[in-house]
Amino acid sequence: MRYGQSWFNTTSVALGFAFLYAPIVILVIYSFNDSKLVTVWGGFSTRWYSALLQDQAMLDAAWITLRLAFVSATIATVLGTLAAITMVRFGRFLGRTVFSGMIYAPLVMPDVITGLSLLLLFVSLDLDRGFWTVTLAHVTLTMCFVAVVVQSRLVVFDRSLEEAALDLGCPPFKTFFVITLPLILPGVIAGWMLAFTLSLDDLVIASFTTGPGATTLPMKIFSQVKFGVTPEINAISTILIAIIAVGVLVASLFGKRREVERQKAERLAAQQG
Amino acid sequence: MAVTETIAPKEKRGWLKWLLVAIPFAWLLVFFLIPFFNVFKMSFSTRARAMPPYKPVLDFADGIAGLWAQLQLFTPANYWTLISQSKYWQSYLSSVQIALISTVLILIVAYPIAYGMARAPRQWRSILVMLVILPFWTSFLIRVYAWIGILGNEGLLNGFLLWTGLIDQPLTILTTNWAVYIGIVYSYLPFMVLPLYATLEKMDETLLEAAADLGCPPTQAFWKITFPLSLPGVVAGCFLVFIPITGEFVIPELLGGSGTMMIGKQLWYEFFNNRNWPLASAVAVVLLLILVVPIVLFQNHQQAAEAGK
Repeated sequence: MRYGQSWFNTTSVALGFAFLYAPIVILVIYSFNDSKLVTVWGGFSTRWYSALLQDQAMLDAAWITLRLAFVSATIATVLGTLAAITMVRFGRFLGRTVFSGMIYAPLVMPDVITGLSLLLLFVSLDLDRGFWTVTLAHVTLTMCFVAVVVQSRLVVFDRSLEEAALDLGCPPFKTFFVITLPLILPGVIAGWMLAFTLSLDDLVIASFTTGPGATTLPMKIFSQVKFGVTPEINAISTILIAIIAVGVLVASLFGKRREVERQKAERLAAQQG
Repeated sequence: MAVTETIAPKEKRGWLKWLLVAIPFAWLLVFFLIPFFNVFKMSFSTRARAMPPYKPVLDFADGIAGLWAQLQLFTPANYWTLISQSKYWQSYLSSVQIALISTVLILIVAYPIAYGMARAPRQWRSILVMLVILPFWTSFLIRVYAWIGILGNEGLLNGFLLWTGLIDQPLTILTTNWAVYIGIVYSYLPFMVLPLYATLEKMDETLLEAAADLGCPPTQAFWKITFPLSLPGVVAGCFLVFIPITGEFVIPELLGGSGTMMIGKQLWYEFFNNRNWPLASAVAVVLLLILVVPIVLFQNHQQAAEAGK
C-alpha cells in the first residue's frame, strides 16, 4: 500500500467533505437561532419550529409534496424496473437506440426544457393541471433514474438462477417474483428512494406542470426565499434534512446487513458444497 | 452453458417480452419524446391574449382547409427575436461559458476528493461514498438557499473575514457571478466525484508500483498512468454536470444578480413573467439544439460503458 493514505489524500477528502457539509450544518444550527436576522446569533430557541407548526399553507404544501413523492416514486419504480429489464435482457431490438436515448437523456436534460415540454403536452391534451399532472411529470423524470440504478444491479445478476427456475417449469411471472425481484430488491429500493427524494426536491418541473391548489413545498420555499430569507425556512429545511438522513441511514444499514448475511450464506454454502 | 435447454422457455416468454418492452417505451414516447415536437411546433406560433396564451395550434378539428389556414400563421418570428435581441444570444453565450468554466472548476475540486476516497482504507470507502451521496439526497433548493446566508454582505463568510482582519469592508459576493460559480460547484460536485471515484477505485495499483520501481516519480506517474486511466470517469462526470448547468435556473436566480445572464432564467421569465409561451418554446428549442451534441455524446458514452460492464 505505498500509494495508500498520505497527508494529501486525507486533507483533500477532509476539505471536500467540509465543503459539502458546512452549509448544511450552518443551516441546522441557525434554525435554532432566536434572532430574526438569519446571520446574527440571538440565543437558542425553537420558535421557528413552532411558527412552522402554525403555518397551515406550509404544512399543506408539505403534505401534498409527500403524497406526490410517494405516488410518483412507486409508479416510477415499476416502470423503471421494467425499463431496466428491457435494457439488460432483451439485447438488440428494433428501436433500442431510441429507447436507451429516452432512458439516458432525461438524466441530464435541463429541467426548464423538460418542464416546458410536459406543460405544453398537458395543455394540448387539455388535462386539468394539478396533483396528477405533476405526478406524471415526476414519474417520467424519475423512472429513468430508477432504470439506471436497477440496471447496475441487473448486470451483476446470475441469470442461471432464473433459467434453472424456468427449466424446472416455473412460469415466467412467478420466476420474476420469486427469483429475480428478491435478488434485485436492493437496487429497486435504492431506485425508489432516489425517485422519492428527486420528486420531493423538484422545483422547476413542478412549477411548470402544476395548477392551482397543488403548490409543492419547494415552490413554497422558493417563493418565500424570493421575498427574503426567513428563519422558518431554516427550520423546515432542518426537518427535511433529518427525515432524509434518517431514511438513508436506516436503508443503508438494512442493505449492509442483508449483504453481510448473503455473504455469510454463500460462504456456508461453499463450505458445504 | 445450457443453451439448448433454455431456448424453449425463452420463446414461450415472447409475448411477455414485448409487453414489458412496450410499457416503459410507450410511456417515455408519450411523456418525453413527443412533448419535444410540441415545443417545436409551439415555437413557430404567435402569442395571443387568451388562455392558453398562444395561437395557432395544429388542430385537426377544422379539416384540411382549417389546418392549412393555421399553417399559414406559422412564423419564425420568435427565432428572429432570439437573434436580433442581444439579451437572448448573450444569455446563450454566457450560459455555455458559465457551464464550461464550472465544469473545469468542478473537475479540479472533485479530482483530489475522489482520488483520496479511492485510496482510503477499504473498510472506509463505502462510508465515504455514502457521505458524498447523502447531501445530494437532501434538497438541492435548500442547499443553494444555505449559501445565501453564507455569502451575503452580512453573511457568515464576510463576518469571518472581517473578524480575522483580512478585509475591512464586506465583499460583495452574493448577486455576482462568483456566487453562481460557488453554488454550481457545490451543488454539482457529487455528480463528478462519484464517476471519478468509480474509475479510480477500480484502477490496478500494481501499475503505479511498477512505474515507481522503474524510477518514475509520483507526479509523472499520475499524469502518465492514473489520469489517462481515469478518463472514462472524467468524461462521464463532465457530461453529467455540463449539460444541466447550461440550462440551470435555480442557482443563478437565487445567488446571481441581475447581471448574471443564463438562458434557463430567461426561459423561466418568458414563460412565467411575460407569459410568452411561443418565445419560451423557441428559447427551449435553441437551447436543445446547443445541447444535442453533448447529449448524444453522453448517450453514446453511457451505452459504451454499459456494454463494457
